[in-house]
Amino acid sequence: MQISVKINGKRYEHDIEPRISLAQYLRETLNLTGTHIGCDTSGCGACTVHVDGAAAKACTLLAVQVDGCEMTTIEGMANGNEMHPIQEAFKEHHGLQCGFCTPGMVMTAADIIKNNPNPSEEEIRHGLEGNFCRCTGYHNIVKSIQHAADKINA
Amino acid sequence: METYIGKPVKRREDNRFLKGAGKYTDDIKLMGMTQAAFVRSPYAHAKIISVDTSAAQVAEGVVAVYTANDGCGAFGVPCGWQVDFKNGETMREPMHPLLAKDKINHVGEAVAIVIAETLELARDAAELVHVKYDVLPAVTCPKKAMEPDAPKVHDQWEDNAAFDWCIGNDRADVEAALASAHHVTEMIYKNHRVAPNAIEPRSYIADYDVNADKHTLYTSTQNPHLIRLLLCAFVLGIPEHKVRIVSYDVGGGFGSKIYHYTEEALLTWAAKEIGRPIKWTSDRTEAFLTDAHGRDHIVNSKMGFDKDGKIVAHLTDEFCAMGAYLSTFAPAVPTYLHGTLFQGVYTTPLIHLNVIAPFTHTVPVDAYRGAGRPEATYLLERIISKAAKEMDMDPAELRFKNFIPPFDGVSEPGYQTQVALQYDSGNYEGVLKRGLEMIGYEDFRKEQAEARKNGKLLGVGISTYIEGCGIAPSAVVGSLGARAGLFEVGHVRVQPTGKVQVLTGSHSHGQGHETVFAQFVADQLGIPMDDIQIEHGDTDQVAFGMGTYGSRSLAVGGSAIVKSVEKILEKGAKIAAHKLEAAEEDLEYAEGKWTVKGTDKSISFGDVSLTAYVPHDYPEGLEPGLDFSSFYDPTNFTYPFGTHIAVVEVCPETGKVDIKRFVACDDVGNVMNPMIVDGQIHGGVVQ
Repeated sequence: MQISVKINGKRYEHDIEPRISLAQYLRETLNLTGTHIGCDTSGCGACTVHVDGAAAKACTLLAVQVDGCEMTTIEGMANGNEMHPIQEAFKEHHGLQCGFCTPGMVMTAADIIKNNPNPSEEEIRHGLEGNFCRCTGYHNIVKSIQHAADKINA
Repeated sequence: METYIGKPVKRREDNRFLKGAGKYTDDIKLMGMTQAAFVRSPYAHAKIISVDTSAAQVAEGVVAVYTANDGCGAFGVPCGWQVDFKNGETMREPMHPLLAKDKINHVGEAVAIVIAETLELARDAAELVHVKYDVLPAVTCPKKAMEPDAPKVHDQWEDNAAFDWCIGNDRADVEAALASAHHVTEMIYKNHRVAPNAIEPRSYIADYDVNADKHTLYTSTQNPHLIRLLLCAFVLGIPEHKVRIVSYDVGGGFGSKIYHYTEEALLTWAAKEIGRPIKWTSDRTEAFLTDAHGRDHIVNSKMGFDKDGKIVAHLTDEFCAMGAYLSTFAPAVPTYLHGTLFQGVYTTPLIHLNVIAPFTHTVPVDAYRGAGRPEATYLLERIISKAAKEMDMDPAELRFKNFIPPFDGVSEPGYQTQVALQYDSGNYEGVLKRGLEMIGYEDFRKEQAEARKNGKLLGVGISTYIEGCGIAPSAVVGSLGARAGLFEVGHVRVQPTGKVQVLTGSHSHGQGHETVFAQFVADQLGIPMDDIQIEHGDTDQVAFGMGTYGSRSLAVGGSAIVKSVEKILEKGAKIAAHKLEAAEEDLEYAEGKWTVKGTDKSISFGDVSLTAYVPHDYPEGLEPGLDFSSFYDPTNFTYPFGTHIAVVEVCPETGKVDIKRFVACDDVGNVMNPMIVDGQIHGGVVQ
């Protein structure tokens, strides 16, 4: 099927098999390998991207479902070498270790802050329920998001 | 001059991870790369009657389908640790085939591999492989596996035991002490099986270059050199110099990526057969079914106390599952990584642990997060808390009565345990005291009494632990059955411009080596961190290594690097002395330069480096270049210890546990980067 999408500000047109997931399309067709696949079943959130401004799990969306959509992936968050304030905050507060869940965490964090510019710790933890991290114990991820929210609001 | 050790230096690896630019194995694409899918058994125990691959062979996009009847059927992956029976009989080591031939021994065991142009086509074709099974009764419990009528995992032996083993004092002495003890506390429980679940599934790409006759395996491993050694010398019989293992970024391991897996060897073999690269990435279901699990012990333990609450003896019998086959380090886990920690932090005078390690029809087990040692701590801390309750004593008080008194290991010797180890230094009462202060123990007891009046269930759990880390002296582990040395390699290559490349055999998969190793090399050389690059994970770059596990990267891998830097400075001093026309002993090295003591005559590290590579005016007889590699083999384990305390509330109606407060008070030794230390502890506590 023919799809037309805008990803990280760039327009793409592809003829794509209907069974291909959005995550596979991003990784295999567009070489946007920052979107990771950790579970294939919406459980871990490593594949989180933004579809028309809202966080979505790319492993359980078909590429054909996002025809006509505008998307942002982790590769679209930084402005060249200048990192997004959320990325800066994760670095500053050690919100990552092995880095595999990190793209999904950053994308979900952006969604949390977008919907709630001043999230409490509890609200952040609730917002992260769909994103698994096996390394950090979440403590510094929550801290990073709190600091990122402060910075974005400042 | 800026120094780095002890400072919360931000991690250099974060830039690529945060931008989604990490290079995990599944992110790599090679020209002409194919994709593999496996046909796996849905049964735990079954005879394979037939495997029909004819439909798959001709399916769209299929490049090859292999079963155990093809050339790969001759190969199996080995075990790297031998623990023999107490009676001297050799450990039973079944062939762990790359693909099952006649019999299935666990759910998820692979029967066939399908290689196709795309992942989707490989999976489609895998569904066309028809396997006929004769399903047999299975045994999944390690205790039941030792019952006389238990189904057998491997038919060639009379029962399911892989080995049995014991450690400590004479069993009869321990039993006698228990018989005359004032009080005996008993615990019978299961330390259940766990699935490690690193967030990045295992992923491999095998590539064969026919012209160079060279294999490359990209693999998500904690242990690239060991994989090369096992793959070459013990599985496929390929000369080691004809194989390159590459493990760039790895998305967490927690033990599960230490081992050599069947898929690594099978892909390497098949890539040569088809003459094209092959990728396989596990999905999450396959990860549950094939990544080595942890634990699965059935424990029966007795601890005896005198009337004052002093421990007089401790006797434990365990059935510890090995799973269907022996994974790389599986036999070490319930034995040398477990029994040797049965002293814990207590003066227990008599200890005996007996382990029976049976095969079961389950995924093989191996080391997971601490491996064997947390299982020992769990037992000791639970049984002591239970004993305190039974004897109506405060659980902290009972611990204080039994702690090994503080010792520094310098002015007095280390502490010799009943179970083979000599602890380096410790202050166990110190960490418990501090932990109790942090949690507010005295106030907690009042709070608890108040809560109980109101029908709330508020409780406290205390754990004071010790671990054997920095694994390990090669001679010691060799005498305990390890089939490998456990040294580490650190190579420091100074470039002519004074920039430094450090190649380490330690593998980083979240620990932050690229930052921490550069911190101490920068301080040792007195140069900026930006002048230092840390490389790991490529066997063609790093001469050798034993990988990352057992809390060994900094203690063992870091020490190897330090040794090489010392050699650099020693040689550099000779060059500096020549250039400064001074005696070596008149020089001192600080802030990146050699200075003639008491003068302002000096030469920088960069100038000495350049001289080493442009040796026109150079000390006679000295080799050019500044490039040293060192092997470091530790003399003992390291023994970190600490106290963790949790205050929890349990809902009487639903049983839901709510953690109210948690404190961790750990001896972590000298801190290189406090930010990273905190992060590691947070992660360990939560996982």
